[in-house]
Amino acid sequence: MQETSGRSTFIAWLQAGPLALVFLAFFVLPLVFVVIVSFWDYNDYQMLPVLSGRGYTDSFEGCLAELPGLCTIARTYLQTLKFCAIVWAATLVIGFTVAYFLAFEVKSKEWQIILSLICTIPFWTSNVIRMIAWIPLLGRNGLVNSFLLAIGAIDEPLDWLLYSQFSVILALVHLFTFFMVVPIFNSMIRIDRSLIEAAYDAGATGWQTLWNVIVPLCKPGIVIGSIFVITIVMGDFVTVGVMGGQQIASAGKIIQTRLDALQFPAAAANAVILLGVTFLIIAALTKLVDIRKEL
Amino acid sequence: MIEGRSKAFWFLAIFFGLYVLFLYGPMIAIYILSFQGPQGGLTFPMNGVSLTWFAKLWQGNGIIDIGTAFSRSLGLGVTVMVLTVVISVSAGMAFRRRFAGQALLFYVAIASLIVPSLITSLGIALEFRLLDDYIINHFGSWGMQDIADNWETAMGLYTSGLGAHLTWTLPFGLLIMFAIFNRFDPRLEEAARDLGATPWQTFRHVVLPIIAPSVVGIGLFGFTLSWDELARSSQAIGPVNTLPLDLQGLTTTVTQPDIYALGTVISVVSFTVIFLAVLMIRILQRRQAAQGSDAGQGMV
Repeated sequence: MQETSGRSTFIAWLQAGPLALVFLAFFVLPLVFVVIVSFWDYNDYQMLPVLSGRGYTDSFEGCLAELPGLCTIARTYLQTLKFCAIVWAATLVIGFTVAYFLAFEVKSKEWQIILSLICTIPFWTSNVIRMIAWIPLLGRNGLVNSFLLAIGAIDEPLDWLLYSQFSVILALVHLFTFFMVVPIFNSMIRIDRSLIEAAYDAGATGWQTLWNVIVPLCKPGIVIGSIFVITIVMGDFVTVGVMGGQQIASAGKIIQTRLDALQFPAAAANAVILLGVTFLIIAALTKLVDIRKEL
Repeated sequence: MIEGRSKAFWFLAIFFGLYVLFLYGPMIAIYILSFQGPQGGLTFPMNGVSLTWFAKLWQGNGIIDIGTAFSRSLGLGVTVMVLTVVISVSAGMAFRRRFAGQALLFYVAIASLIVPSLITSLGIALEFRLLDDYIINHFGSWGMQDIADNWETAMGLYTSGLGAHLTWTLPFGLLIMFAIFNRFDPRLEEAARDLGATPWQTFRHVVLPIIAPSVVGIGLFGFTLSWDELARSSQAIGPVNTLPLDLQGLTTTVTQPDIYALGTVISVVSFTVIFLAVLMIRILQRRQAAQGSDAGQGMV
């Protein structure tokens, strides 16, 4: 018995070996290097392998001096957290509704597959294209402004539609609602239909069934979707860059700016800070759910 | 109750329709605008219909070499696709057994999916920079001074770039494999073994034909995610650019519809691959339905 299980483990590791090696070489080790380099010193053109906290102190520069005002990094993180909260709420509501329609209202298996495919196809196409696709609609001479001018709702084109916080949030919702739909849909199709019938039979209204039966059973899907959306938005620099006209700061963009200046230890320090904040949010999120489960 | 449900149905159906419009509307707008006339701009109305901007793209407008970036991205995409399929299927088979370190490997895969791409990309860039420094500084003392003197970088499309893309595609491949084997009936393999099949024969003639449609799906994820990958490539791709990186570079100087033309060209490739994959999945499923079970069709 012992021997079989040893042999089984050996074969399993042969099969999983390539996967493990890729993750070791291109994910685990790189993260280790990020942490190490974040404690190195640097000058104008290279990193110096000497223990130093400069990457961190530079990042938090002025944070004590400017109290009670907020320093740059604090303002930037607040802004990113604001994006996170808005995008999370929007993708959750839209994603839940879309998943609900697919899981409970579309009865034929065939249609369920076709409509799911329609939701998935954009995910397989380029994010940058889906961002620039908003230009003809939201630009100064775009469709939205033309329409509003034509019906006389405004006298001159709105400037805040494109290259603004609004367009960043819109694009993030547009790009990443998919990450909410899939896990929630997955939870929903696993729900035993007789539970819902039982709720109706016991006299629950549609809303009561939704809130007291379906939503609690979808919790794993909601949490997984939320983790995806929040981590994507926290680390995003492409969407904020393109849709914000490279004018809006974000946690990800701080790292990019440092990299453009070849300040690798400072970039690494900011990456560690970002990882820490993201991890705290995820931990809080999972705890929140566990607590509700206990009640 | 039936009346109530049907009202809800119509509300939800309209909501879904609007969501689909929200998903596709903007994309369709730029596909149309890429056929803008020579005098046309970035927004509607169309100022005539022409292929001007595609022609301009093809000639290259001095900023980027589209042809080279195109074949580069295509080559990398196909490589990532093949490796994603092979590595995911193999690892998927492993996860059907119990083995030491299983949970750890799974969590690493999930972490790779949710750690911000930029951080992974930065880490890979640092790793390769340190490797370069090491080679330049130490290979001389090992009698390989030539290599050390002429060394530029180990970073490249098929080293750091390939690795970066795999950290993004493999978690998806692995999750799809989990989904497949959750619904897989192991008795089919037992039957094959009882009939004297070797493990390889069992895999090749029993398991693989059954999971084939989903394996095509893994390939689809592998190619399309690599073809459009940007955040992980940004630091780790090395001296040359992929197509999405060029496209992103163009967004900062966008003044003419040639950027839409580039978007349309990139999307045509994506849609072709998606169409072929879906077609292949349908054919495989139909073949399974035709040849699969003869239960209940016995000697009646």
